[in-house]
Amino acid sequence: MDITKKVTALAVGLGLVTLSACGSSGADGSSGSGEGSKTVTLVSHNSWAVSEDVVAAFEKRSGFKLKVLEDGDAGQAVNKAILTKDNPQGDVFFGVDNTLLSRALDNGLFQPYEAKGSDLILPEYRADEDKHRVTPVDTGDVCVNYDKAWFEKKKLTPPKTFDDLVDPAYKDLLVVENAATSSPGLGFLLGTVAEYGDGGGWEDYWKKLKANGVKVVDGWEHAYNEEFSGSAGGKQAKADRPLVVSYAFSPPAEVIYADPRPDTAPTGVAEGTCFRQVEYAGLLSNAENPEGGKALLDFLVSKTFQDDMPLNMFVYPVREGAQVPEEFVKFGPQAKEPRTMDPAKIAENRDQWVKSWTSLVLK
Amino acid sequence: MTPRRPGRWRRNAARLGLMAVPAAFFAVFFAYPVAAIVARGLKADGGWQPGRIADVLAQSDIRQVLWFTTWQALVSTVLTLVIALPGAYVLARFDFPGRQVLRAVITVPFVLPTVVVGTAFMALVGRGGLLDELWGVRLDTTVWAILLAHVFFNYAVVVRTVGGLWAQLDPRQEEAARMLGASRLTAWRTVTLPALAPAVAAAALMVFLFTFTSFGVVQILGGPAFSTLEVEIYRQTADLFDLSTAAVLTTIQFLAVGAILALHAWTVRRRETALRLVDASVTARRPRGAGQWALLGGVVATVAVLLLLPLAVLVQRSFGSAGLAYYRALTEADGGVFLVAPIEAIGNSLRYAVAATVIAVVVGGLAAVALTRRDAGRLVRGFDALLMLPLGVSAVTVGFGFLIALDEPPLDLRASWILVPLAQALVGVPFVVRTMLPVLRAVDVRLREAAAVLGASPWRAWREVDLPLVRRALLIAAGFAFAVSLGEFGATVFIARPDNPTLPVAVARLLGRPGDLNYGQAMALSTILMVVCAVALLVLERLRTDRTGEF
Repeated sequence: MDITKKVTALAVGLGLVTLSACGSSGADGSSGSGEGSKTVTLVSHNSWAVSEDVVAAFEKRSGFKLKVLEDGDAGQAVNKAILTKDNPQGDVFFGVDNTLLSRALDNGLFQPYEAKGSDLILPEYRADEDKHRVTPVDTGDVCVNYDKAWFEKKKLTPPKTFDDLVDPAYKDLLVVENAATSSPGLGFLLGTVAEYGDGGGWEDYWKKLKANGVKVVDGWEHAYNEEFSGSAGGKQAKADRPLVVSYAFSPPAEVIYADPRPDTAPTGVAEGTCFRQVEYAGLLSNAENPEGGKALLDFLVSKTFQDDMPLNMFVYPVREGAQVPEEFVKFGPQAKEPRTMDPAKIAENRDQWVKSWTSLVLK
Repeated sequence: MTPRRPGRWRRNAARLGLMAVPAAFFAVFFAYPVAAIVARGLKADGGWQPGRIADVLAQSDIRQVLWFTTWQALVSTVLTLVIALPGAYVLARFDFPGRQVLRAVITVPFVLPTVVVGTAFMALVGRGGLLDELWGVRLDTTVWAILLAHVFFNYAVVVRTVGGLWAQLDPRQEEAARMLGASRLTAWRTVTLPALAPAVAAAALMVFLFTFTSFGVVQILGGPAFSTLEVEIYRQTADLFDLSTAAVLTTIQFLAVGAILALHAWTVRRRETALRLVDASVTARRPRGAGQWALLGGVVATVAVLLLLPLAVLVQRSFGSAGLAYYRALTEADGGVFLVAPIEAIGNSLRYAVAATVIAVVVGGLAAVALTRRDAGRLVRGFDALLMLPLGVSAVTVGFGFLIALDEPPLDLRASWILVPLAQALVGVPFVVRTMLPVLRAVDVRLREAAAVLGASPWRAWREVDLPLVRRALLIAAGFAFAVSLGEFGATVFIARPDNPTLPVAVARLLGRPGDLNYGQAMALSTILMVVCAVALLVLERLRTDRTGEF
């Protein structure tokens, strides 16, 4: 019902995902140590997902039982973790990305720990290397997606770059998310700032984008399921926007979550519009079980976990030599030259950019 | 000063005893968490920052939000009353085939999560929707979409609150007035209207509260262009993490809602009279004459277009072109979006809803009984308004408050399953109180006194006199609390984690991923949620008629 509904929280699953089903293996592995009830708690957002046998492997190897707390969408989970940092709900937090990293670090959310295997993390994903308060876990690109069928029908080449999007040929075709309320929306804004610079360049770009009929909605769910003509929901709703800001992994997801699976993805990615996000995990400052937390961080960058992660959470691994599933390679290759930005620069300017963007685009 | 009589003292003690449970519930699970989070926002460097209030109010966007919030709530309330009052009349006074089904069905939108129904509602007023195809009218980014959706969601509030009382008003009083020469209108105006007024006021107040604090509807149908106070509090808290601004806005919303509730309590008190209540089954009769049939037809048509059509779209989308494939997929745990089969969310939802209903009925029922007496002091009357406050306070405020307030033993409930039914009961209690109170207060006090004269204890008098008369209201209240809990999303999402997702949460999760199967499963699960709600409400209707023979 209507009273307390929070729609930006659409994606919010809460639900402590009970891993009690895997409890037996945890108990087996720890029975010898005399620490049978020792539990390590991971606080994460609702996109957390992992295979059961991988959890079992962790519990067996470390002797700790894993408990997971899913705490809303990425932004909310970070905010909640900060609010409860003196008396945290768990030992490790996973799911703060480069756009919000500074908020977590400035608030003293994490304590230093260099995870075993950190040296195998690809250098471009590393952050906070002098203090090791966070460990990179996964990465993904925010990119404009296009509806292949729509462009074929109109005999129009889909756009490839940021510049293309302001071309009058693509007028009234793009739907984006509110940068103030949506993580992909913010990613796309940061991508344009990285591309055109903050000396007035990105503002000019957005003026052109606005003149070219860009539509702004509040969240990803609305943009993708309601406005984008290439999604299942969009087709049913007769949506009229064939361009949407989404993720590079959306096309493979469209293949994997289809029955029967098509040979090619129904949507594609404009590779020149990608902004790279990296997600980090860290040991919470007042963790009750720091030893378990450290073991868990080691596990998150282990090959076992990194190999398992992509198809569960729809992200790319950050560890050298981790397996990338063939569906990703085939339907959603990683952009070759994604835009990205130093978390410190984002930290310094994020609020001001979002404010300027709001008055420029929404008012 | 009146001398203290022992009888009166005992009555007061009994009332305080009754109030203890709801008061403690309210204090621990509402007042304390909200105060904690507001205090966190308004305090900086160890001191209070009252200047923040002026700073926030000085911003023109904030003033714009305040104005829009009030304006759209007023218009939505009037529109809902105009459209729903004929429905309340028809369902209360006419006996026709399918009446129970209709009464159950109109309540379904009210208990469905906005994430689900907002989507379906777009199919009515959005691009390619019915209005678009018939007349080329698109309302999806206009204020009309918001207003109509508010009618859609709140239709049942008016029908059930007003209709519940209307069905029990003795029609012979109006008939007597007409026999004495009053015109139909005069008879209605002087007899029925005053009797209904408290219920209409209560319904209007609820609709105003829901629309004043509207969140999902405004976000889905209005987009980033429209913002209510509730939406702004959410953005400031969850997105921008500006707790200070959020605290100021929460305080403003709190004061506004408090003022509305105080006004309402005053209005209701002035208009309350002991009503002659009869069994609803004897007041309804077949419609007679063209006018009454036309009224019935009009109500049915309104319900069909405004309420059923969006729901039908939902069902249609759950099948898509795939037949039952989406439903079949619900029984599989794919290890991706869920570790368990999505279908298991139904069991979770039902368990939480039952627990929440029990809590809400106990807490709300005790409060309603304590508040019944008209000689209640000011303190007690204030308590009445206080219990309504959770409806007017942002869920994100309550949720964040829970996180920082209920984090120490013995009240470290952040990871306990009970927190979910508790939070759901918080929004259920006002429904129980609001539904029961008008009926309880309308019980003729002389009946109770007669029982006392004949030697009945207060408990026995209540059981023999009040309970049979209010059983219907109690059932309606329980049904409301149950349905509200079933569809509740906001509080559930913000507060601690249940062991498994509830239905609305599962739907939201499926909608959060690309892919045909995910979207289809979300629609299928929404349809199941809708059917579960409808069945629950229908069972309630059956239960009501089965019991009427006891009166």
